[in-house]
Amino acid sequence: MRTLKKNKRGKITMKILVCISHVPDTTTKISFIENNSKFNAAGVQFIINPYDEIALARALELIEGTEGTVTVINVGDISTEPTIRKALAIGATDAIRVNAAPRDGYFVATQIAAIAKEMNFDFILAGRESIDYNGGQVPAMIAELLGIPSVSIAKKLTIEGTTATIDREIEGGKEIVSIPFPFVAGASEGMAEPKIPNMRGIMSARTKPLVVKEAVAVDLLQEIKSYDTPKPRGQVKLISPDNAGELIELLHSEAKVI
Amino acid sequence: MSVLVYAENTGGQFKKSVYELISYGKAIADLLKTNLSVVSIGNVSDVDLAALGKYGATKVLNCGNEKFKDFNSQAFASIISNAATTENADVVLISNSFAGKGLAPRVAIKLKASFASGAIELPEIGESFIVKTGAYSGKAFAHIELKSDVKVISLNPNSYKVIETGGTAEVVKVESYTGDEHFKCVVKEIVRATDKISLPDAELVVSGGRGLKGPENWGMIEEMANLLGAATACSKPVSDADWRPHSEHVGQTGIAISPNLYLAVGISGAIQHLAGVSSSKCIVVINKDAEAPFFKAADYGIVGDAFEVVPKLIEALKKFKAAHN
Repeated sequence: MRTLKKNKRGKITMKILVCISHVPDTTTKISFIENNSKFNAAGVQFIINPYDEIALARALELIEGTEGTVTVINVGDISTEPTIRKALAIGATDAIRVNAAPRDGYFVATQIAAIAKEMNFDFILAGRESIDYNGGQVPAMIAELLGIPSVSIAKKLTIEGTTATIDREIEGGKEIVSIPFPFVAGASEGMAEPKIPNMRGIMSARTKPLVVKEAVAVDLLQEIKSYDTPKPRGQVKLISPDNAGELIELLHSEAKVI
Repeated sequence: MSVLVYAENTGGQFKKSVYELISYGKAIADLLKTNLSVVSIGNVSDVDLAALGKYGATKVLNCGNEKFKDFNSQAFASIISNAATTENADVVLISNSFAGKGLAPRVAIKLKASFASGAIELPEIGESFIVKTGAYSGKAFAHIELKSDVKVISLNPNSYKVIETGGTAEVVKVESYTGDEHFKCVVKEIVRATDKISLPDAELVVSGGRGLKGPENWGMIEEMANLLGAATACSKPVSDADWRPHSEHVGQTGIAISPNLYLAVGISGAIQHLAGVSSSKCIVVINKDAEAPFFKAADYGIVGDAFEVVPKLIEALKKFKAAHN
């Protein structure tokens, strides 16, 4: 028996906020422009950040068959709307776009916390990190700004009443924690399988509410000055499979790693 | 002015990543011509705390209350930021461990500090303060200027050498913490495989891909890892198929690692996989397909069948170990 939060008619009305980032597809070859200070978005396909897709999928599983809602929020300019529509097509109830470039983790977390303060969500899910900045900063920052508990890397999430049980990733294992509403969790692999939108979802996404909000002012504490890419490795040294054992000697005497 | 390091413990013990972080902190303190203090939370012996002086700490603040036996991001962040304030710290350093990932963003908010997560080398400190971190999941690096007076940096494991400078630290007991409202999140159970090397901290990693054909063939990967003292890892298709747990998946949407040795067996080297391992110091690829893209990103390669090559490597490793012990 599920004992989730219910309304007067006995219907479950859980309200979940899912944060989504608009990021380059995982197959993208990365390059930079303007003196290596800016990502070269030319010809790049953008997607919902893969970890955020996991968060969205889990949120949708949790409200399935109930009167609960899943709101997705993105901090981005108008170019992110196709990504937001995709989240609506996957099944989100409605969406909010904060109209500003996502400058850094603090900026994004402040925008989301400002909206969350107004809207009283039961809990907030995000991906554990975005695959562009990889900061993993936003979930814990939102929680700190709201003064609520959080789990930054959550592998499993179940709800009973108004309490979640979460498997938190730790080195070499997991920690099982109990955490009351409201809270923030960063979704990691294993929490859910990402969902693919169906035709009905795609059609209905066009008419689902997407509210645009203006950003709140945030102090500029930091700035990315430039990017560079890893140096290519030298030519690979091939070892004949017949003398595979030679590799061990090379790792010891030449690479000096064993 | 000072540099403050949070020394994370696991069940009362420090891991190598803590010594890396303190060595890193010492180097930053030297650049800033200031002192290095350390804060420890939970039950660590005074002997172990004083020994942190070996890596350059002059003072260790010990918040050794039984209440802090389990990790609690809200309470710990509060203790660390209180310590930063009393120590007048302008740089606060935290390991980019799983716990650190939950802590450092909170500390940055509390201190109104700029925050670079996942630093991979010493900052450039001159007229500006610039930290190099990974970006685009290992496909690039970002140089981030931290502009605020107080700066928080989390350091990736295996990114900085442990440097012993000698010395003993003064251990000071602190009881700065009162916030009971921070104990809403409660640890029920900790499940930890004690006989395995943790992947994010591992210096040596042996990894398997789809080329191994099925989970029943991981015995030889594990044997090789045991002989090397390495952690085991896998590619995304392998964890997706549940041959191995998700916690072993390295790559763009798994764990990014930077071990000294990454030995990949039966992994073709898709761009998403390379993203998670490209900062490994030495990469070895074993694949029967000579055209596998991973060979272009490798230092050593063997074009051959894993089922023939790996047993030979195991043989050679046994001989090597016998000769070097």
